[in-house]
Amino acid sequence: MKTRFLTLAATAAALAFGTMAAEAKVKACFIYVGPIGDFGWSYQHHQGALEAQKNLGGEEQVELAYLESVPEGADAERAIERFARSGCNIIFTTSFGYMDATNAVAKKFPDVKFEHATGYKRESPNISTYNSKFHEGRYVQGIIAAKMSKAGVAGYIASFPIPEVVMGINSFVLGAQSVNPDFKVKVVWANTWFDPGKEADAAKALIDQGVDIITQHTDSTAPMQVAHERGIKAFGQASDMIKFGPETQLTSIVDDWGPYYTKRIKAVADGNWEQIDIWGGMKDGHVVMAPYTNMPDDVKAAAEAAQAKITSGELNPFTGPINKQDGSEWLKAGEVAEDGVLLGLNFYVAGVDDKLPQ
Amino acid sequence: MRIELVRRPQHSALFSALSPFIALGLTLVAGAIMFSLLGKNPVDALYYYFIDPLTGIWDPGNRWQLHELAIKAAPLILIAVGLSVCYLSNNWNIGAEGQFIIGAVVGSFIPVVFPGWHSWIVLPLMLLLGMLGGAAYAAIPAFFKVKFNTNEILTSLMLVYVAQLFNDWLVRGIWRNPEGMSFPGTIRFSEWAILPQVWPESGRAHWGFVFALVAAVVVWFMLSKTLKGFEVKVLGQSPRAGRFAGFSSGKVVFFAFLLSGALAGLAGISEVAGPIEHLNEKISIGYGFTAIIVAFLGRLNPLGIVAAGIILALTYLGGESAQIAIGVSDKAVRAFQGMLLFFVLACDTLIHYRVRIAGAPAAKAAETKAGEATQGA
Repeated sequence: MKTRFLTLAATAAALAFGTMAAEAKVKACFIYVGPIGDFGWSYQHHQGALEAQKNLGGEEQVELAYLESVPEGADAERAIERFARSGCNIIFTTSFGYMDATNAVAKKFPDVKFEHATGYKRESPNISTYNSKFHEGRYVQGIIAAKMSKAGVAGYIASFPIPEVVMGINSFVLGAQSVNPDFKVKVVWANTWFDPGKEADAAKALIDQGVDIITQHTDSTAPMQVAHERGIKAFGQASDMIKFGPETQLTSIVDDWGPYYTKRIKAVADGNWEQIDIWGGMKDGHVVMAPYTNMPDDVKAAAEAAQAKITSGELNPFTGPINKQDGSEWLKAGEVAEDGVLLGLNFYVAGVDDKLPQ
Repeated sequence: MRIELVRRPQHSALFSALSPFIALGLTLVAGAIMFSLLGKNPVDALYYYFIDPLTGIWDPGNRWQLHELAIKAAPLILIAVGLSVCYLSNNWNIGAEGQFIIGAVVGSFIPVVFPGWHSWIVLPLMLLLGMLGGAAYAAIPAFFKVKFNTNEILTSLMLVYVAQLFNDWLVRGIWRNPEGMSFPGTIRFSEWAILPQVWPESGRAHWGFVFALVAAVVVWFMLSKTLKGFEVKVLGQSPRAGRFAGFSSGKVVFFAFLLSGALAGLAGISEVAGPIEHLNEKISIGYGFTAIIVAFLGRLNPLGIVAAGIILALTYLGGESAQIAIGVSDKAVRAFQGMLLFFVLACDTLIHYRVRIAGAPAAKAAETKAGEATQGA
């Protein structure tokens, strides 16, 4: 009993890190929607925060504070306001559901800078929005999937039918079709961001339907583990999940927020922070691919080539000709989708074997 | 060797009254030990946990925290007051979360479908619709219980998931904000559909908290001073005695479910018309379930529930404050919240029961019979 309590205490102590730098120049505060130990979305934001602190001179220069698992309802505004009142110079709110709350608090505290991830409202001059083009990584995954799959069908475990997720599915299909025009994707909506049990069930159902590659837009490592048991390949999500599937993971899209957080916290320290709206991709270092593993050299070469082209700006996954799922034309040959359309995307492109929940 | 709980023939009135304070004292001691083991100063930790959110009482600069306390406590109190009537009458409504959601959905009908209707009557109608929605949804398990003798714990609980999915479908589908970039959620309500703030100079607490206080007083009066309250309690404790007294158990089932559904629905619409200002898929964060704890923490007495709701809300706010000020993790904060509930329930149990360690050979022979009896219970 005693040892168990001590273990618990030690674990909790390890999770809580000291934020007591006495005379830090900047106080940067983060609100996370999940626990920082989820190995997915919140974990990556927290890694970005720690990286920024390290880049900018450690605890002496940057004081960090954070709140985990903050619900996106009435509680969010209180949590953000508490940060604003506790001396934070810049506050990062890292989930879409904090949008209205962040804007409301930003109006009340004009001297504090606010950064809202994945949102689109900037109602006062002290609030910026930022997001990443994860779909660029999905395109590369699509290429790998089409080259690796014998069945010509991949399984996609999706979370919720929001534009971000729909964009990822479409981009994956387009990447795959650039290799094999007949490639199909089956989608299962798990209706959760993090539920290892449901995600594992979704993976099993997809494999039973004959897919031989699994990719996911949910945060747990369960699909990777199911893919390993069934002897097929899979892609990781949000972080490098190679330790959960050393023989299974092909690559993973890693959300790397470190460079952005470094830049923005430094801007506050230097006194030149300005409102922006950034949607950063591979070019900006926001989207990083984990090492290409468990694939032949020619597949790896194709993936690297695509990644280089996207990074240089030579290739945009959403370049026509692209047809919608119902066969009607979306983009003419050579036409590139506008950011505004992508950010509100609510339809599939041809080749997705699923009906989009509306 | 075996540990048994034996009912005390009589429980001490003194200790019954002292129980919450003993529990609080034990929590403070256990919490101080936990925070010390985490390397934090326990006095600081307990200060941020229990005192800091209340500093607004004397410090005007911190008054906003009292508003936040009221916002957090309001739905818990409203729902728990309704649940107390259910539980006193032996109706186990576990589905307040669903009634909360349906109240929010039905109440949102006017501002979402008729956003251009600007009139003073919009808000009262929304509140009324919210209550009707919650009550109608609670009537389903009540009907099944009265008609088919269905277990209301299961039906009311399962209807929570139905309500969540229905709301989810609405805000992703036909009620979705057309200018919301395809994200789930309705348009923002017009100012005519937003609950006014009680005292906007110092914070954002809205009329939901006033509703909670009024509901608590009215239900307390009903339970303690009226025949209806007597009927509820008699049927809860002894349905047979109630029948001899001429009370209809079916009517009381409906009464309890409709009342608690209406209050949960009022909590739901107050939440979306208050701090959230639009309907989305994330309004359900477990108030309906937490309120069950609040109801029992307040010993099913509406006035006790007001205190319990405020204390539980305090632990949420204090937990946040402690996370920021001294850097404890949210896991430690939740463990501490768990300790409080554990000690309260343990104290209450030990007032009614005593612990006996059975199995010592001499005692065994003497108490075999008693032991078998308790084992069977």
